[in-house]
Amino acid sequence: MIRSSPEARAGAPAHLFEGADWSFPTLRRVYEAVQTIALNDLGLDVFPNQIEVISAEQMLDAYCSVGMPLMYSHWSYGKRFVRDEALYRKGYQALAYEIVINASPCISYYMEENTMAMQTLVLAHAAFGHNHFFKNNYLFQQWTDAEGILDYLDFAKRYVAECEERHGVEAVESVLDAAHALMNQGVFRYRRAAKLKMGEYESRRRERLKNEAESYCDLWRTVPGAAHAREPTLSEQEARERKQRLRLPEENLLYFLEKNSPVLEAWQRELLRIVRNVAQYFYPQRQTKLMNEGCATFVHYHIVNRLYDDGLISEGALMEILHSHSNVVHQPAFDDPHFSGFNPYALGFAMMCDIQRICVAPTPEDREWFPDLAGRDDWRGALKDIWANYRDESFVRQFLSPHLIRKLKLFALGDKAAESKYRVEAIHDADGYRRVRSVLAENYDVGANEPDIQVVDVDLLGDRELILRHAVRDGVPLAETSREPVLRHIRRLWGYGVRLEEAAAGAEAVR
Amino acid sequence: MPQFIDRRLNPRDKNLGNRQRFLRRTREQIKQAVDKAVRERAIGEAAKGGSVSIPSDGIGEPQFHLSDSGGDRERVFPGNKEFVSGDQLDKPPGGRGGSPRDGSDSGGGEDAFSFALSEDEFLDILFDDLELPDLVKASLKDATVCEYRRAGYSNDGTTPNLNVLRTMRTSLSRRLALRRPSADDIRRLEEELAALRERNSPRFAERRRTAELFAEIERLKRLRRVIPFIDPIDVRYNRFTPRIVPRAKAVMVCMMDVSGSMGEREKDLAKRFFILLHLFLKRKYERVEIVFIRHTHEAAEVDEQEFFYGRETGGTVVSSALKKAIEIREKRYPIADWNIYCAQASDGDNSGGDTAGCLELLSDVVLPWSQYYAYIEIADRGDDEDRAAPTRGKELWRGYAELAPSAPNFAMKQVHGRADIYPVFRELFAKASRKGAAP
Repeated sequence: MIRSSPEARAGAPAHLFEGADWSFPTLRRVYEAVQTIALNDLGLDVFPNQIEVISAEQMLDAYCSVGMPLMYSHWSYGKRFVRDEALYRKGYQALAYEIVINASPCISYYMEENTMAMQTLVLAHAAFGHNHFFKNNYLFQQWTDAEGILDYLDFAKRYVAECEERHGVEAVESVLDAAHALMNQGVFRYRRAAKLKMGEYESRRRERLKNEAESYCDLWRTVPGAAHAREPTLSEQEARERKQRLRLPEENLLYFLEKNSPVLEAWQRELLRIVRNVAQYFYPQRQTKLMNEGCATFVHYHIVNRLYDDGLISEGALMEILHSHSNVVHQPAFDDPHFSGFNPYALGFAMMCDIQRICVAPTPEDREWFPDLAGRDDWRGALKDIWANYRDESFVRQFLSPHLIRKLKLFALGDKAAESKYRVEAIHDADGYRRVRSVLAENYDVGANEPDIQVVDVDLLGDRELILRHAVRDGVPLAETSREPVLRHIRRLWGYGVRLEEAAAGAEAVR
Repeated sequence: MPQFIDRRLNPRDKNLGNRQRFLRRTREQIKQAVDKAVRERAIGEAAKGGSVSIPSDGIGEPQFHLSDSGGDRERVFPGNKEFVSGDQLDKPPGGRGGSPRDGSDSGGGEDAFSFALSEDEFLDILFDDLELPDLVKASLKDATVCEYRRAGYSNDGTTPNLNVLRTMRTSLSRRLALRRPSADDIRRLEEELAALRERNSPRFAERRRTAELFAEIERLKRLRRVIPFIDPIDVRYNRFTPRIVPRAKAVMVCMMDVSGSMGEREKDLAKRFFILLHLFLKRKYERVEIVFIRHTHEAAEVDEQEFFYGRETGGTVVSSALKKAIEIREKRYPIADWNIYCAQASDGDNSGGDTAGCLELLSDVVLPWSQYYAYIEIADRGDDEDRAAPTRGKELWRGYAELAPSAPNFAMKQVHGRADIYPVFRELFAKASRKGAAP
């Protein structure tokens, strides 16, 4: 083939591929080149890769079983499948270029329809970007077991099938339906404190008593308005003991039901456990969407540019890659008909690039806002540190720079129920940076955007009514449409009455 | 080095189980949607499967989430153009609320959920609780045929069924077990012998070796003769066993009156009925043939195009069609091989005196060899109020009505309009009481 490119450097290595078609040997060559840059230049640390090429139908399949290569059977996956299939066949919806699974080895799926240039892009994106993030981010390290997940799902699949055989598809379905309804309330958000040993417990108690004795001041008793300490009544004491035994309050509803429901059989509890474990496995992903995509996008962008600089891919291939890249990182403005919230690829990528810029070429403003980053030449180290130790909320709170706020022209819009109009609370000016940043961080806080519902009390020896409390934040109520159906599901799992109270956060029940 | 795996050859229908679970769960709703589709769409199209919509109430996956409206909230948006802090903006009516949640399917949406059914699924649901009447004839032997299927191997059989691969395999194992010398072994010894002879050495040792070789070669040759390359015990044949299978062929005889009184509307209704019947038979039989017979005062076998769209004028003699059907049946469809289904559509007119002849032909000839005979009468458009009293039919209807009670494989129904076709069809083939409400 004759290359008439004026830039063709003499002695430069030949391109890894020409044309659109891909083949396994080419894929392998490209993988090696990408790997060299990822490991030696960026210094990424990845799980071993397993790269699987699949067809469109298989991609559809993977879509609906929440992206996992194996999953237990449930009608809702079938529903997703028929819907996605209809959308895809009619051309309303394109399929993803790749899917990557947080497992070790890290499995990533690539569509056979991709051109070789696209395969290069998605290899860098998934097999190195996402892979590095999965392996190093603290949330994944803390909450997911990359080595065990596939085995666990295999167990789950077989267990569910076994239950279906023994107890009937409908019986299993009704438990799974109910469990799925509580999936978002079925995760642990904090680690449990380690259990104390007997000795430690005793020494803790002594310390506490000592501390109380030391800090005792009789004067406090005389401060007016202070609630008089009174002996708790018998019923109050009982209630407290009861709650302590059940470890209430408990925010992981699935866990509570699994352990304490008076009506469930052992296999039903196991099903709840399976759903809960799957929910827990995905919880870190929901908290790091922005960072995860930002990291992967930044990595692929850096790698394909290096490939081009090293003369390993042609200009045409780079153009094709950049074309898809810019489609992916497009962020429509709020008044655009295509606007549907922030594009995690766009914002994540922009922030990663901005951090690189702050490290390499800081302005005086950057030095003031990010003294630790500004002028730190080692942007690779800085980014890797960020990828390892933050989640979306803290990442935005720490690293959204005034420069980027101006560039994206961000503004914060307040919507108060008591007022008839929206109010622009802050824009991209000196007064607004901090407010915009903290509001955006809160928008990314998964915990803050989900209802905070906890089991607060139940009298197992009495009427066994389960009392849940929704801690209402900023007066935002639960959506009415789903409230009752979900409660019905909980009643089925609990077997007795279930009551949901709404209370302002930190206050007593209002209803 | 990473593992590269080509998964494209893996089975594709990983979600088939989930899909079936979904269909089962929504079967009732889908059934209604399918019935509606059949009633409203052209039958040829509807039966192709395709998109159906069902209400999404039954398939919601509710989860607790925060309301879109109410309370205080604040959100960040990109792309500010002219706002400054403190600007007030009108809230859109209905309260968009600025919630991060857009209407996802997990909420209690009231939109219809639409998706595509495959042709098989569609027909499955369409004919869900229908049954072919008299699938098995009075004598069971008639309804079945003997078919030979492959079933393993046997030690005896005819030469055409010889299985070479198996035969060679057993032969090889026998030869190995009995240590049959190969041609190579003998050739090697013979070469050695030839070399010794050429040298013609007088040395004793070599001469003795020559004699040994001679004897050995003789022994090996004898062994090769005694242990044959293929012994009769090696030979294997493909085995076939006869199996009784139900007859898988059906012929559907469509008879239609095309005289002047049958207009576009009547023909269209008749066509819908025939198409449904054809689809239904196709699900039950491997092979379904259709014979089209149209008649005025005389009958002719025609092709489909001609049958539905051809124009012909004349009187109406229904017996001519029956005679034609009998003639074709005798010529081409032996009862032993074919299940015969007849469907007749007419507006109920017949020339005076012919009806008696029809009844005779039916009860003496046609009904005995038919699995089922369905007659639909296309009623006049204005006959809506007559639905409650179907007995007030025309000439042919009144005649057939006498026959119906005594013939279990004969059914008749009146059709008034497009929407009637499918219910009537269902009633004719409904599982429990397939005799329908024939008076």
